Amino acid sequence: MKPAYDVVVAGGGNAALCATMEATRGGATVLILEAAPKYLRGGNSRHTRNCRYMHDGPEFNLVGTYGEDEFFADLLQVTGGETNEELARMTIRASKDLGSWIEGNGVRWQGPLKGTLQLSRTNAFFLGGGKALVNAYYEEIERLGVDVCYEAEVCDIVPGEAGAMSVAYEAAGVTQTVPAGAVVVASGGFEANIEWLAENWGEAAQNFAIRGTAYNKGRSMSALMDRGAKAIGSPREFHSIAVDARGPQFDGGIVTRLDTVPFGIVVNKEGLRFSDEGVDFWPKRYASWGGLIAQQPGQVAFSLLDAKMANEFMPSLYPPMEAQSIPELARAMELDPEVVTETVARFNEAVVDGTYDPTALDGCRTEGLEIAKSHWARRIDTPPFMAYPLRTGITFSYRCLAVDERARVLASNGGAIPGVFAAGEAMAGNILGRGYLAGFGMTIGSVFGRIAGREAAKHALA
Amino acid sequence: MPSPDLIHEVERQLTVCNACRYCEGYCAVFPAMELRRTFDEEDVIHLANLCFDCRACYNACPYTPPHDYAINIPQVMAEVRVETYREYATPGFLSRLFQGNTAVVALVALVSVLIVFGSVLALQGGDVVFDDLTEEGSFYRVIPYTAMILPALLLSGWWLVALAIGGVRFWRATNARAGQLIDARSFLRASKDAFGLEYLKGGGDGCDYPGPAKSNARRWLHHALVWGVLLDLVSTTVAAVYHNFLGDDAPYAYLSIPVVTGTAGGVLIVVGGLGLLWLKRVQDMDPANRRMLALDYAFLLLLLLTSATGLVLLAGRETVAAGTLLTVHLGIVAALYLALPYGKFAHVVYRYAALIRHHIEMEREAGKMLG
Repeated sequence: MKPAYDVVVAGGGNAALCATMEATRGGATVLILEAAPKYLRGGNSRHTRNCRYMHDGPEFNLVGTYGEDEFFADLLQVTGGETNEELARMTIRASKDLGSWIEGNGVRWQGPLKGTLQLSRTNAFFLGGGKALVNAYYEEIERLGVDVCYEAEVCDIVPGEAGAMSVAYEAAGVTQTVPAGAVVVASGGFEANIEWLAENWGEAAQNFAIRGTAYNKGRSMSALMDRGAKAIGSPREFHSIAVDARGPQFDGGIVTRLDTVPFGIVVNKEGLRFSDEGVDFWPKRYASWGGLIAQQPGQVAFSLLDAKMANEFMPSLYPPMEAQSIPELARAMELDPEVVTETVARFNEAVVDGTYDPTALDGCRTEGLEIAKSHWARRIDTPPFMAYPLRTGITFSYRCLAVDERARVLASNGGAIPGVFAAGEAMAGNILGRGYLAGFGMTIGSVFGRIAGREAAKHALA
Repeated sequence: MPSPDLIHEVERQLTVCNACRYCEGYCAVFPAMELRRTFDEEDVIHLANLCFDCRACYNACPYTPPHDYAINIPQVMAEVRVETYREYATPGFLSRLFQGNTAVVALVALVSVLIVFGSVLALQGGDVVFDDLTEEGSFYRVIPYTAMILPALLLSGWWLVALAIGGVRFWRATNARAGQLIDARSFLRASKDAFGLEYLKGGGDGCDYPGPAKSNARRWLHHALVWGVLLDLVSTTVAAVYHNFLGDDAPYAYLSIPVVTGTAGGVLIVVGGLGLLWLKRVQDMDPANRRMLALDYAFLLLLLLTSATGLVLLAGRETVAAGTLLTVHLGIVAALYLALPYGKFAHVVYRYAALIRHHIEMEREAGKMLG
């Protein structure tokens, strides 16, 4: 059986597109099988905004330098060591030419805005965000003459030597098979597969919001694992943040996140505080709140604020619930007014007066509470009082395919599975086993996408 | 006044945008949006008139329909602009009559041609209408100088005053003080944005027009149109100088300044106008606004007719059709001037005002950050 395409790419986001461009330029014919319809193409990449990459000096709109060791130290800090140092350092070094490579494929960098002095040293921002990047790449791929099949979900991959390998996919309810010379799995994680989440989380899985695409079901990953591919990363853990509970179940993206937590207090369904809201600066803490809320009854929480705090955070998508008194606010949240009033009163009594400074780890804290608030503690005493309902918003899952530095998918009984490569969230857990580093998902997707594309083309054309 | 529902819809969409901000590098609308947390009527009118309809944001947005958030900034902003043009133009009854009504514009054009033609026929007789126009002063045999210049001045004054009143009303509605208009630096920056068509650059590679791919076609065609109109203005002005100060009467020699600039301007308008019409025909309709499209068509067609009849007159001025061609051309010009304040052309005034206000705001903000 002659392969219909040298390389079949499962997925249609950043990693898949990087792999496609490199494989095509390496002389291979490529077919993209993207599960989403055209208007939702691009996986979680369509919700991203920037890419972190190593650089020796100022380039494009990045200032200063960002070297391998500093980059790796940053990664080590967020993962707490749950990384493969060899793969991580290789990725970091390979990220060095990403700036010009990404731009060379039609993506534009956002310049510093007039009147602001914010220039980034570590992360370069795509003009228009991730969907603009995805669009630019699809335009390039169209120029390269690549076939793209939308609404085609890869459900099985049959590995084998050239001539024996094939990919099965479902399109319009029909399963079809396409022979392939090599396969790149770049179809994301499995965080949108609620059934799988439920295997570890039970009914709580129904209460999570999936911030990105509804198409990351992990089917090609699991098919490969069933066929002996080695899995890596915790099947239970995911990266998550606090999002507005009123947002959609899927695809809420960046806009449903809330930055209100450090300014007020957070209570659960029972009206009780459950964690220190002011441990550290929000950028360092925001990712822990998804997990904290996931542990609460009903997987919901409420961020409580007063009028003093109304303009401290990025404008919210949904308006806050508002009331002139705490009991009234509690009723709006459908919580027990007595408990909430008591929680707020105890918190207010415990606040130690200090000089409030949101830009520093200030001296505003509580004393004598079982669960302290370490910084930015101010009494909630100025009406109108406000509340935002929060729930867990999952960004991505960690469990994925184990790979080597050539992006080859490893077998659980040793060695690599011939002709099968992985990139993006389908393998990111090798490097990012825990936590998150802003813009690093795009780094891994771009670096491994390119490697997977080159290796797949080489394998298929050999 | 844009309806409360429309204002509310823009507010709803901008609230999503303000929580996202990915598009802030594309144009002036989003940085201006970021200075606000809520959007009332004056904000909406200001932001809508800052929008050049480049559509980069539409294609970059992960929340466009069929997403529940149904974000479509180019379309809803165009809707507000149509309302702006209707609301602030004066007098109100003419504004309502012309609004989005290509048929009315066509009718006005036809009637004014007939009026000019009929008057000439009745007052000057058939001989001059069906004669060539080669010797000096022959234009004025068809229409005496006073009969040509008086209506022209009146109509020019008409559209200038109507637009100026519209501009003042708009400026007041966006709650800015008249004195702020005299801000030289903001005025210069706004002029640079306006004449450079800065926000049709889509942040660099061009705008997403007519389709999702980046293209500079619209910007260059629009430039052709603008410079064509300006060249025609030069032509008319030089001709007036010739006539009033040098005693030199139309028609002018083929290589004279009025004819050369007028011809070049006319050709640029025809090229730009036809090109823009073509882009409109093939454009992606999802982010488009049909009411604005009707205004676009009416204005472009009238402008094209003006240039085309002018060019045909030039080509045919040595034939017996010349008298007819002149009356038709002047009739079309009269219709163009009449309709000018009530259609697409009004964007020149409102966008300029919005750009000036934008630069005043940004300067104030920069001062705040430094202070």
